[in-house]
Amino acid sequence: MSRDHKPHVGFFVSCLADLFRPSVAFGAIELLEAAGCQVEVPEAQTCCGQPGYNSGAVDDARPLAQRVIEAFAGFPYVVAPSGSCAGMIKHHYPKLFAEYPEWHARATDLAQRTWEVTSFLVEVMDYAPTVSPLQGRKVTYHDSCAGLRELGIKQQPRKLLERAGVELAEMQATEVCCGFGGTFCAKMPDLSEKMVDDKLNNALDTGAGVLLGGDLGCLLNIAGRARRRDSQLEVRHVVEVLADELAGPAIGEGER
Amino acid sequence: MKQTSEHFQDSARAALARTEARERMDILGLFMPAMRDAAVAEVDFEALREHVKRVKDHTLDNLEHYLRQFEEQVVMNGGHVHWARDAAELNATVLDICRAAEARRVGKGKSMITEETGLTEHLEKAGLLVTETDLGEYIVQIAGEPPSHIVGPAFHKSEQEIRELFLDQHKLGRRQLEDPPAMVAEAREVLRERFLSADVGIIGSNALIAETGQTMLVTNEGNGDLVSTLPRVHIVCASIEKLMPRPEDALAQIRLLARSAIGTAVTAYTSFYSGPRRAEDLDGPEQYHVVLLDNRRTEILGSNYQDMLACMRCGACLTHCPVYIGAGGHAYGWVYPGPMGSVLTPLLTGLEEASELPNACTSCGRCEEVCPAGIPLPDLLRDLRADETRAKITPARWRWGMKLHGWLARMPGLYQALTGTAIAVLSRLGRRSGGFRRLPMAGGWTQVRDFPTPQGDSFMRQWKRRNKEAGNG
Repeated sequence: MSRDHKPHVGFFVSCLADLFRPSVAFGAIELLEAAGCQVEVPEAQTCCGQPGYNSGAVDDARPLAQRVIEAFAGFPYVVAPSGSCAGMIKHHYPKLFAEYPEWHARATDLAQRTWEVTSFLVEVMDYAPTVSPLQGRKVTYHDSCAGLRELGIKQQPRKLLERAGVELAEMQATEVCCGFGGTFCAKMPDLSEKMVDDKLNNALDTGAGVLLGGDLGCLLNIAGRARRRDSQLEVRHVVEVLADELAGPAIGEGER
Repeated sequence: MKQTSEHFQDSARAALARTEARERMDILGLFMPAMRDAAVAEVDFEALREHVKRVKDHTLDNLEHYLRQFEEQVVMNGGHVHWARDAAELNATVLDICRAAEARRVGKGKSMITEETGLTEHLEKAGLLVTETDLGEYIVQIAGEPPSHIVGPAFHKSEQEIRELFLDQHKLGRRQLEDPPAMVAEAREVLRERFLSADVGIIGSNALIAETGQTMLVTNEGNGDLVSTLPRVHIVCASIEKLMPRPEDALAQIRLLARSAIGTAVTAYTSFYSGPRRAEDLDGPEQYHVVLLDNRRTEILGSNYQDMLACMRCGACLTHCPVYIGAGGHAYGWVYPGPMGSVLTPLLTGLEEASELPNACTSCGRCEEVCPAGIPLPDLLRDLRADETRAKITPARWRWGMKLHGWLARMPGLYQALTGTAIAVLSRLGRRSGGFRRLPMAGGWTQVRDFPTPQGDSFMRQWKRRNKEAGNG
């Protein structure tokens, strides 16, 4: 296949992968390239605007959304390693510009081109990853709310893991929120603690040593709580497993 | 009822500390969704929800027309319609009706509207003996507590708590009340006498039917029928958005309501009340009154929040909400808890008094997913948070924090330089430990969890470096 026929992907890094977990971004790019895409990372990107949007600072979020719309103009596909950022762009950008017709049209256009990475790999690229070193280990999966309910992401990461030979031990209430909720976890820490404890207990009840998910917000929350409780649960983004980016410490773990 | 919504977090913290009650709530949070999901699977939920939503939207868009039609029909059936602008007017109207009928005893069916107006307290202050006849409502009434759930008012109470309450409040001598059936039998015995001696019966309504002037009520205990047919005077208290054009619309709504509320296809009793006893009727009330409450609903009509008026009070959003399950119903500090309450309470009582409630949400979307009225609850809660920001109710440090973030993130070069440096420092400091137990300005986060150490240099720094090397090499 000539280079020109490769699907051209603009990669949205997401601020949490950029700052906390670059291996997730590198892994996602690696997977997209292995699946046959030509990947570009526009440098003029920062944050999708979700923190402001969700906490009521809509006017602070709108200019950030405009930057994203501009930075990703022209890409036939925009892919992010996060259900909540992709959900923000797909689901909420058009609402954010409901009263600005010109930007609303551009936001709707971007929404139609935007994908979360596991659903893009399965639904567009029908990609089969190589067998993972996690094969044979007990692994559980947390469904992040935005990806699940705004984008219908449920089977896609499971399909990729199955193709990589990873068997999942499903936990109870995997579709229930982990208590992250953006600024919620800092505004209402007691309720957040209860919710993340429930999540952690359900995960540990499966006997799994590894918890995977598709959104770093949830994973930082779960891993942070696991460390506070001295639990040995290894928390990672699903992309790290699929791209075999497992050499470094898991989220919240120190260097060995 | 005195509103305590501003203490939401303190109340929630106290509720979380009561281990037994918390465990009961956890069971509720697993059991009720399982029941609901199984019941909803029997019908084409999406199609039904879409249908009922269209009916409801149409009714709300033409509310004045249907209210007029409803009033005409009620009058034609021999009843009276009273209009109450607010809680005080409803309470005064009902008291006037009771006084005119020289009533002393009132039997009540479960009604969230009368909870909203504080009717029971108002009538009791005027010297009337008021008895709640729905078992759950009766339990919270004699316990002196508000309901904790809009469908199951006493969901928060344990079997033992109810046993002790009955043994203490019912002066019936020494007895065991060994199991729930024995307790139900005792409540039935006590309530029977109240039904028979009530001069006035007051109920709520699940739907007001414009075409026929009927009011519809669903119950599982049949208490609604007893307080409607035995006393001399029958009063229905309902808010104006309960209106539906035709009986079949109300029945379509029931198919969703019962399944969403308690996980059954229908409730045990579904009643349509048409008016006072007619000449040829053997029994029934002498007077029939419908008191229609506005209480700020006409302000919601036509606003961004109009969708909220489609709420059928099933309570599915409560038991599906992990925040409600953790905090418990009482923490919300007013009549309506959970996601629907977090939207409705600020709209009905004022944003300032209830400013905590729209923030008691992780935007997880489970409420919207199960809402049989298709209300975009997370969007409405987000809009309320935006209203709080505009009205400067949001604490200044959050508002300025978001402004600063928004300002910085608008300039990729500066943003990447500053965050890149901060992340590089943090990743070096926390490399061995893997996380921070404390960090300045992250107190809410680190109160309950470690702050995971960033992996190393930011992605953007590494990416640019890599591109540069590739370019040079």
